[in-house]
Amino acid sequence: MTDTIQPTTAPASGADVPLLEIRAVSKRFGSVTAIREVSAHVRAGCVTCVLGDNGAGKSTLIKILSGVHQHDDGEFLMEGVPTRFGSPREAKAQGIATVFQDLATVPLMSVWRNFFLGSEPTKGSGPLRRIDVPRAKRVVREEMAKMGIDVRDPEQPVGTLSGGERQAISIARALYFGAKVLILDEPTSALGVKQSGRVLRYIANARDRGIGVIFITHNPHHAHPVGDRFVVLNRGRVLGDWAKAEISREELIKMMSGGAELDMLEHELRRGGFDVDPQP
Amino acid sequence: MSSTPSSATVPGPSPAGVADDRLTQVSLLTRLLRRPELGALLAVVVVGLFFAVTTEQFLTLDGMADWTSVGATVGIPAVAVALLMIGGEFDLSAGVMIGTAGLLVGILVTEVGLNVWLAIALTLAFAAGIGFFNGFVVLRTKLPSFIVTLATFFILQGANLGVTKLITGTVVVSGLEDQPGYSSAHSLLGGTFWAPHDFQVTVLWWIAITVAATWVLSRMRFGNWIFGVGGDVEAARNSGVPVARVKIALFMTTAVTSALTGVMIALRLGSTQANQGVGDEFTFIIAAVVGGCLLTGGFGSAIGAALGATIVGMAFIGIQFSGWDTDWRFLFLGVILLIAVLINNFIRRRAEGARR
Repeated sequence: MTDTIQPTTAPASGADVPLLEIRAVSKRFGSVTAIREVSAHVRAGCVTCVLGDNGAGKSTLIKILSGVHQHDDGEFLMEGVPTRFGSPREAKAQGIATVFQDLATVPLMSVWRNFFLGSEPTKGSGPLRRIDVPRAKRVVREEMAKMGIDVRDPEQPVGTLSGGERQAISIARALYFGAKVLILDEPTSALGVKQSGRVLRYIANARDRGIGVIFITHNPHHAHPVGDRFVVLNRGRVLGDWAKAEISREELIKMMSGGAELDMLEHELRRGGFDVDPQP
Repeated sequence: MSSTPSSATVPGPSPAGVADDRLTQVSLLTRLLRRPELGALLAVVVVGLFFAVTTEQFLTLDGMADWTSVGATVGIPAVAVALLMIGGEFDLSAGVMIGTAGLLVGILVTEVGLNVWLAIALTLAFAAGIGFFNGFVVLRTKLPSFIVTLATFFILQGANLGVTKLITGTVVVSGLEDQPGYSSAHSLLGGTFWAPHDFQVTVLWWIAITVAATWVLSRMRFGNWIFGVGGDVEAARNSGVPVARVKIALFMTTAVTSALTGVMIALRLGSTQANQGVGDEFTFIIAAVVGGCLLTGGFGSAIGAALGATIVGMAFIGIQFSGWDTDWRFLFLGVILLIAVLINNFIRRRAEGARR
């Protein structure tokens, strides 16, 4: 692995080809169509937010993008080239890193052991081939510093870190090992307001380093500040795909909760005598 | 226009210039409390002091030769069991494997007429096969290793008795002495050193195996993978750790190490009882847990397990020296286990909570 990762692609450089693009992709499980003709794309140095309620098809989409599932119809383009990943390993080799919600770090292991788990740097050979611990610790501190986190003690167990810092380790690790596209699965859903804010900062950080970020969430308040594009899914279909300039946060919230449905709910609750705050 | 940069709403990270000297700011106490073997080390001191004060022989070289001998036969398998437990699995067949290996070597030498060394090689290979079987079944069926190896335990226990009776007509295989290869194998695996005090060579093996296991755990990639698969198997798999390979290798190591211990005991005594080792599996687990291994995996140390085995050896021999009935040793071990688990639990929570 290289020592430092330079931004591989400057934002909007050369031909205007998205890093990753899907066109009219569908996936069926038996008779159930999980997603139908979904299109989306992410460019280098941009954040594409995929929003949707539970059951909207977000997980299926992630699994297709990360190589766990294969799409049935449609096109999957990696830097303009039609691609089909047979396994998560293949996707990873192509530079697609996925950070799953809670399955990314081992709480009892130290920060540096977690960071390099499965890809430990070694020195020496034969029975003396050993992990290059000083280098591992140094790299962890450098990479985390790039995220704006000062790791004082790389021996600290990850379980003692905050949820946001744990996400930061996963993100920093993906970037260090050469990710071009970073897929984040609900990175803020288990976090409080403050920690969520930090994770959004890490996302912005990855974006500024030229990574294409796909940010999957059900929270428009988290998506809107950091996103460049917003794809809203509903029952396996794309409800809409907007650039930031085309949609306000309020509109996004409305789209997310299915506009008319929310109005009706509000109306219903009010009739029942509940005092409901109008949405901001 | 589709990719409007939008850094206005989210401030970027503050540029961080970090100096390396801040690494040293972690207090010695925090680092010490983070070590899994701390509780076991304290217990070794306390138990050792207790018997040193209450009995005369305990701290003499002859006395030490006695309790290190017991410590070695517990410690060699306990270190392997500790690695397996850190990897998140159990092996209840580790005790009975001692008997199986001793009997198998004995039968291959005295009944089949093989050279002792060849018999040892075949026995260790057989044990590796049993270990592979344990691991394969656990990973394939996703059943708890507790149940799978409990079955192996009973299968081997039954086979030990049945086969031994069938072949020798008794429940013991003896007569290893005077067979070809015995003297060299005995001096390397079952003999003694340091003439008047007669320390067992198994003690040297114990130390060597503990050092090797510590090296693997703390410095080799495989060691990192052991912590990974034991700490969170899904996270380890997502990070590209070959989970099945790691776990099967651990089961095989445990079985082979137990078999090696059985071979050592058989060479020392020249014979093996059919019930040898039955019940020892819990002693190994006790040693590992006293040494700081978590029952849930992902945490522990080989040195800790060796210290735990030292406590077992000290207790067994110390109680003998005290002139008490040796049956008290089980009560003693039970109490030590309980205290160690409580202390470890406390220490770990302090270490983890220290930085919240």
